Amino acid sequence: MSYLIGEKMTGGYGKGADILHECTIAVEKGEIAVIVGPNGAGKSTAMKAIFGMLNLREGQIRLDGKDITNMSPQDKVKAGMGFVPQTSNVFTGMTVQENLEMGAYIRDDDFMGTMEQVFDLFPILKEKRKQHAGELSGGQRQQVAVGRALMTQPKVLMLDEPTAGVSPIVMDELFDRIIEVAKTGIAILMVEQNARQALNIADKGYVLVQGRNRFTDTGEALLANPEVRKSFLGG
Amino acid sequence: MKNVIFFALMGLAFIAVGEYQSWPFSLTILNLCLISAVMALGVNIQWGYAGIFNVGIMGFAALGGVAAVLVNAAPVPEAWAAGGWGIMASGVALLAVIGLVVLIRKKTAGKLRRYATIIAVIGGFFAIREVYDPAVAAIESIDPAKTGFLGGMGLPIIFSWAVGGVFAAGGAWVVGKVALGLRSDYLAIATLGISEIIIAVLKNEDWLTRGVKNVSTLNPAVPTAIELQTAPWFQDLAAWFGTDVIFASGIFVKLSYAVLFAIVLLGILWLSEKALKSPWGRMMRAIRDNRDAAQAMGKDVTRRHLQTFILGSAVVGIAGAMLTTMDAQFTPGTYNPLRFTFLIWVMVIVGGSGNNWGSILGGFLIWFVWIEAERFGPILMELATSGMDPESPLRINLMDSAAHLRLFLMGAILLIVLRFSPRGLIPEK
Amino acid sequence: MVDLLNALALMSNFVFVPALVYGSQLALGALGVTLIYSILRFSNFAHGDTMAFGAMLTILATWWFQSMGISAGPLPTALLALPIGIVGTVLFALLTDRMVYRYYRKVKAASIVTMMASVGVMFVMNGVVRVVIGPGEQRFADGERFIIKAREFKELTGLAEGISIRTSQAITVIVTLIVVALLFWFLQKSRTGKAMRAYADNEDLALLSGINPDKVVMVAWIIAATLATIAGTLYGLDKSFKPFTYFQLLLPIFAAAIVGGIGNPLGAVAGGFIIAFSEMGFTYAYKRFVAYMTPGDWVPEGLIQLLSTDYKFAVSFVILVLVLLVRPTGIFKGKVL
Repeated sequence: MSYLIGEKMTGGYGKGADILHECTIAVEKGEIAVIVGPNGAGKSTAMKAIFGMLNLREGQIRLDGKDITNMSPQDKVKAGMGFVPQTSNVFTGMTVQENLEMGAYIRDDDFMGTMEQVFDLFPILKEKRKQHAGELSGGQRQQVAVGRALMTQPKVLMLDEPTAGVSPIVMDELFDRIIEVAKTGIAILMVEQNARQALNIADKGYVLVQGRNRFTDTGEALLANPEVRKSFLGG
Repeated sequence: MKNVIFFALMGLAFIAVGEYQSWPFSLTILNLCLISAVMALGVNIQWGYAGIFNVGIMGFAALGGVAAVLVNAAPVPEAWAAGGWGIMASGVALLAVIGLVVLIRKKTAGKLRRYATIIAVIGGFFAIREVYDPAVAAIESIDPAKTGFLGGMGLPIIFSWAVGGVFAAGGAWVVGKVALGLRSDYLAIATLGISEIIIAVLKNEDWLTRGVKNVSTLNPAVPTAIELQTAPWFQDLAAWFGTDVIFASGIFVKLSYAVLFAIVLLGILWLSEKALKSPWGRMMRAIRDNRDAAQAMGKDVTRRHLQTFILGSAVVGIAGAMLTTMDAQFTPGTYNPLRFTFLIWVMVIVGGSGNNWGSILGGFLIWFVWIEAERFGPILMELATSGMDPESPLRINLMDSAAHLRLFLMGAILLIVLRFSPRGLIPEK
Repeated sequence: MVDLLNALALMSNFVFVPALVYGSQLALGALGVTLIYSILRFSNFAHGDTMAFGAMLTILATWWFQSMGISAGPLPTALLALPIGIVGTVLFALLTDRMVYRYYRKVKAASIVTMMASVGVMFVMNGVVRVVIGPGEQRFADGERFIIKAREFKELTGLAEGISIRTSQAITVIVTLIVVALLFWFLQKSRTGKAMRAYADNEDLALLSGINPDKVVMVAWIIAATLATIAGTLYGLDKSFKPFTYFQLLLPIFAAAIVGGIGNPLGAVAGGFIIAFSEMGFTYAYKRFVAYMTPGDWVPEGLIQLLSTDYKFAVSFVILVLVLLVRPTGIFKGKVL
């Protein structure tokens, strides 16, 4: 039984055409699952569907066995899902520390312990805690974004193209951090454009084409798969 | 057709007023309705065609009124002799300073440019004042009780309608160049601010239009009632109709204005309809509906917006000149933002924004309600408070303020229409 | 001899003190406008008349207190009546939000439509104020009028120029300081305040973080209505209450908010003072000042007045237009819709 599964999802935005066709994505605790595919394949759409920002005509989302298909995004956050959007994912006018505080908004217990954990994970955030998030570099901002999502102590963390627009060194660093987060037992679901590097760290990979599952296997296997290599990884 | 019924109902309303209140009153309302309709048309050109929210309408109407003064008022030769050259000189100086600033901004850069601009502006300001102030003082000291200003050209006032349009268009060009790049909220505030400045200037610069002393020596477009009463041809006409000469003279004057205004209104309407249906009009609306897409397609959005802004303002200017003509006086103090600008907007929105006929209907309807509400307010209040002790101070206070109910009424109408029928009575096709 | 002290006293009395007071009033008004803009994302044209409404309620309560013999000693009774005015205005503001603005939020209407609706609300409020209290001037100030009179000052210091400070002026500045400090503490330190800043910063992310938009909107209206009532009452105490003048204040207030950077509370305060000092500075007749500052007995001809006082409002508009053209985000970099 998968910890989080979006099963046979079919649907689109509003009343528009379907973007996903019977798409299935699943991830276990402590596992890193990566969604890759060409542009317009519906990667971000699949993740948004799991998070509840989309209307699904068919399909079901289950978290730890419970059906959460019709839960609002806010309720899903309370149920233990964290979501890091691709853009506009920090409060640029607020300090790093305030961003983390806002991340923990729905908690009514003392969250300073969690904040210390986030600072351990992302030491540079501790250094720049009083700086405005808008003044940080792209890579640092992504760390703030991830840190913000971690403040609710989620059981699942969903990241939409976390390395979009960052340099290769920063990307490696981010991926290292993501592996650290997974080690704490959190399930990670990630959409990525940089397919090769992402599959490198992935336990499970989903290749989507035109809203459908095309290949599903471990990251390693997909990397070795000649068809996958030819179509999506540049040989 | 629904629209015909609307207009027919309006017509009935006027007849009702004529019968139950008085015909002169009905005609007065009609004339102001016609003027309001023209203004609403002007605003609709800006809003309906281009989505421009211009809250500075009264400034342009005032410019139209200024035209009436400058065209029609008798020239004051002593004032010209005293300060005419001074004013001209300061005008030239102003242009020189502007030219200097433009030159500085073109030819220099960086810190030098900033400091040079500031020095030029400040220095220019004082230099102009050196010439301007004595000229103004000289002009305003010439018989301040009766004139104290430069006067006009003494031409028939009806020319001022076209001139008013030109003045307003010129003002709109300046305002548009400056403010049209801004997004909606800011444009609204900026236009309101600029029109406040125009009004402040008109109230203050006595040498131009006597400021708040007003110009009441304008010659009306049609013969006055008194002239008619003593004219034999009119006396015969009145006798033929079997009416009292004095009463008839009043009616005749108002009717004449009504006919003149109606001609202008219909003319502008015809032109506007042609423009709306033309390729130019279609393009304007395409830009309005999706500015970014239009810009991506290479349409020069700002230039088109400027065109509409100028045209719409010109129409408002014409109406402003018409208004001053009918009043036969120019009173800058009456250009009250609450009254003019927002009322016209209610007209456009209630009538049907984007639709010329709708704006005309709105002009008629809202002005009518505004005037009649002043009369009916007290009656309604009487009804509402009929259960109260007649001596209670609350009731007395409410009765006194009943006339102000119409502000409340206008607001409520605007809110209700915006919410439940935002496209107005006669929506855009 | 350059008579510096007299020159300073002159400037203080005719420019500095009035500008400080006026700036405080504008700052309070601009804070309300900027808050609504950053949370509800529209320019509230009804804010001036909200100030009138709040002042009206306070005046009515003041009269009631006065008739019952309640007073605040040397301070104006209106200060005691202020809480009543605030509560009433807050309720009215929440009511208008429920009946008018909420709909446009739900259908995600363009900001310009909400702005037009605020024009309708403005008409309604204006009408209500005129009907209830009448369009005429109302005076309701009582208590000590002056803290120090010009004559007393001259006697104390021996200078030729006196500085007079009215109680209402001192109250305005002190109340503004307190209110601004409280507001900033609220926004910077309290959980709700931070949530509101987050909501203004990035609405989607705030919703994702579980921030309740209805609560944020409600608190915004409560604060704005409170600020408007205080500003309106202080203005009425200082000058006098006339419903029409509050509409006229709307434009300098918008100017202040935009110049300071709309959406930025610090900017609103700064903008208020900038506008106030500019208006006073540009329309003051510097004749006596120049006379004091130059050695000898020379007195300049003419008033040395940059612009006549009739152009006071024009000054703030010119500044506004200039800022909109040159730096629309304002001094403290607010938002541009």
